[in-house]
Amino acid sequence: MKVELTVNGKGVTADVEDRTLLVHFLRDVADLTATNIGCDTTSCGACTVLLDGESVKSCTVLAAQADGRAVTTLEGLAAESGEMHPVQRAFHEEHGLQCGYCTPGMVMAIVSLLKENPSPTEAEVRTGLEGNICRCTGYHNIVKAALAAAEASQ
Amino acid sequence: MSILGTRVIRTEDPRLLTSGGVYVDDLREPDLAGAVRATFVRSTVAHALITGIDTSAALAAPGVVAVLTAADMTDLPAPPPPEPLPDDAPPPEGPNPMGGVWQEPLLAVDRVRFVGEPVAIVLTDTTYAGEDVAELVSVDYEPLPAVPSIEAALADESLLFPDAGTNVCVRGGRAIGDDSIFAGCEVIVEGDVVNQRVAALPMEGRATAAVFSGGKLTVWTSTQNAQLARLIFTAVGLPPDAIRVVAPDVGGGFGAKIGVDREQIIVAWAAKRTGKPVRWVETRNENLMGMTQGRAQLHHIKIGGDRQGHIKAYRLDVVQDSGAYSRMGGFLPMLTNLMAPGVYDIPVVEADYKVVVTNGTPIAAYRGAGRPEAAATVERAVDWFAAEAGVDPAVVRKLNFIKKEQFPFVTKTGAPYDTGDYEAALDLVLDAAGYDQLRAEQKRRRDAGETKLLGIGLATYVEITAADGAAGETAKVEVHDDGTATVYTGSSAHGQGHHTAFAMIVQNELGIPMDKIEVIHGDTDLIPDGVGTYASRSLQLGGSAVHKAAIEVKEEAAKKAAELFEAAEADVVLDADTGTWHIAGDPDKSLSWSQVAAAADQGLIVANVRFTADRPTFPFGTQLSLVEVDAETGKVTLLRHVTADDAGPVLNPVLMEGQRHGGIAQGAAQALVEEILYDADGNPLTATLMDYGAITAAELPSFELLTHETSTSANPLGVKGIGEAGTIGATPAVHNAVIDAVSHLGVRHIDMPTTPERVWTAIQKAGAQKESAQ
Repeated sequence: MKVELTVNGKGVTADVEDRTLLVHFLRDVADLTATNIGCDTTSCGACTVLLDGESVKSCTVLAAQADGRAVTTLEGLAAESGEMHPVQRAFHEEHGLQCGYCTPGMVMAIVSLLKENPSPTEAEVRTGLEGNICRCTGYHNIVKAALAAAEASQ
Repeated sequence: MSILGTRVIRTEDPRLLTSGGVYVDDLREPDLAGAVRATFVRSTVAHALITGIDTSAALAAPGVVAVLTAADMTDLPAPPPPEPLPDDAPPPEGPNPMGGVWQEPLLAVDRVRFVGEPVAIVLTDTTYAGEDVAELVSVDYEPLPAVPSIEAALADESLLFPDAGTNVCVRGGRAIGDDSIFAGCEVIVEGDVVNQRVAALPMEGRATAAVFSGGKLTVWTSTQNAQLARLIFTAVGLPPDAIRVVAPDVGGGFGAKIGVDREQIIVAWAAKRTGKPVRWVETRNENLMGMTQGRAQLHHIKIGGDRQGHIKAYRLDVVQDSGAYSRMGGFLPMLTNLMAPGVYDIPVVEADYKVVVTNGTPIAAYRGAGRPEAAATVERAVDWFAAEAGVDPAVVRKLNFIKKEQFPFVTKTGAPYDTGDYEAALDLVLDAAGYDQLRAEQKRRRDAGETKLLGIGLATYVEITAADGAAGETAKVEVHDDGTATVYTGSSAHGQGHHTAFAMIVQNELGIPMDKIEVIHGDTDLIPDGVGTYASRSLQLGGSAVHKAAIEVKEEAAKKAAELFEAAEADVVLDADTGTWHIAGDPDKSLSWSQVAAAADQGLIVANVRFTADRPTFPFGTQLSLVEVDAETGKVTLLRHVTADDAGPVLNPVLMEGQRHGGIAQGAAQALVEEILYDADGNPLTATLMDYGAITAAELPSFELLTHETSTSANPLGVKGIGEAGTIGATPAVHNAVIDAVSHLGVRHIDMPTTPERVWTAIQKAGAQKESAQ
């Protein structure tokens, strides 16, 4: 079936199998590979992207369900000048990433979290990230980065 | 001022944060254009004979390129034929490489030994087609009785390898004698401790892409050591120099990507066999069945001493579940035996082990690899002993520590500890945590009959890092005539921050700023000789190699600078703050690195070295965990975790803290939530992230890290390993805290993971015992 998406501000149109998942559309059709796949069960959040501004796990959305809608991936987060988004910058400054595999999903989840709750407590950040698994950082610096990004955006 | 020891944020990050890493599935190399997808057909039963494989329906399906089984591997050198052992032959003394009757095939031949074992490989034009086609391969199994546990393996009723005559594949350690070593002990505690099977669970699972072209095989694979992988890929029937292995970005390893699994070899073989580029990226479900897992030991312990808290004797008997194939032989429990007495000067220590095969996923290294098991058990045993003797566990630890002045110290199990100050690390943590106040609050809650109980857990640990210092690590440092430097390392980053750390070392020695230093790893065409990243070895061996190469570059450059200055070499000095060369006492005349390099052959100053260490290092520390246990539900909440982890001088606190954070979380995860389970037929019950309780941010607090540094002389940087220390300390600290919370109710032990159900059951059982005793 034909699917038309706006991805990071650009139109992407393709004929895909009905069962094509949004994450595969982003990776294989739009050739945007920052969004990773970490599980098959919507558990790990590595594939988190923004769909019309809200975070979704793109392994659990069909490309067809996103037809006509706007998707933002990690590649679309920085300003056109190349300046990193406050959440990206906070990840860098607070060492919120190690191997980098969960990072795109984590960053997108936090962007969405801070949109809903611009000044979260540590406990709110931790609860908000329950659906995103990181195996390297023990979450310590990810939580710090989220709080720092919230602070910087005030 | 030296950059070493300062907080430098990572050079790796901007790329990872803006365009994402380039992992195997992200590679868009021209050579991989049009690569076919590999999907494995895996055993659906734990233990069975294969009586037939029918690929005809699969071959007829749309999108199929090939369906291959063991019968198609006719181009491979045959494995050496198994030699049946005589009936009375004892199991081999470990550690030793497995093979012979214990041989692990690439694709299953006539028998499967765990659910998830690869039976056939399907190549298709798309991933989705691969999943459809794999379903069409029909495998006939004749089930055999499953061996799903250590107990079942030891019964030797159903054998995984009938030619071996037993499921015990390795024995080792020191013979355990009679109980006379405990004679005279006033307090003796004895029991079993389970160190459960857990998943390494890197967020990127296993992944490999391969191309065979012009007689050369190129393999991109998610690995901790490309050079070792190249040797293993010779299993496809090619010499090492016909193979190039590249480690692109690697999404975590934690020990499970040290080796090369059979799937990776099969994918490389399939590329060679079909002449097509092939890519395989496993699903999480495959990962939780097929990637090697960790721990899986059963310990029987006995500890004895006097009523004042002096430990007189300790015995550890280990049974290692190796899973279906004993890939690391006796290696893991050998390390557990070696580190059995931990930080204690115990007059008599006995430790032995055996390894059994079971119908489970193979076990290999996982963050700590044999050492966490030793620490978990001795720290549990010390708490057991302290509770029985009625002495505070902190006091028992101090009474029995190896003292600072006793180093270097060789333990009763033969471990040559380099340096340590265990009491100082414990005191630092007790003070920072407010140990006495915590104990007072614990007592207050207990006395008031509150249901939210506090538990305080301690673990003072020591571990062995860079145990294979003789293998060392390689480094090549080049300074170019444009003033930039390139570092080629045999070490292999997968999140640790090697590129930042190694550039800091070069800047410190040469004064070339980090942003002009490129670090390259993980490509055997560029770096044919290297060892890799595991066992917390990278800074102490890989970093020391970079350090050594930088010094050699500096020596070579000094000669060139002397020629240019027309001065004596001894009079030439490098200002490492500015990266400029001078004549001593004459700061006005100077040469830049680019000027000096331009004077060298081909405008390049280069040093190519291997650094080896003649002994391992033994990092140590103390971790204190504070938990709250709801006595009504058994739910455990980790409130605080305070640690002093001493790995010598810190090169970059940012990176060191990151290693500790991640390690602590994984260690706490084992104590609290994570466990791989099988049913009685050997079916995995935790093969998705819906079922495997990977720890999340919501289950952890922020960690409180303290600084304690004790240098070693084993390498010029004075450093020890920090990659695994967090994990090794955290598991027993958290575990002890949970049991401490409910110890006054009569609970003596709860096996890990301390789930609400287990904690609640232990409380009920202890209560019932108390009642029946009254």
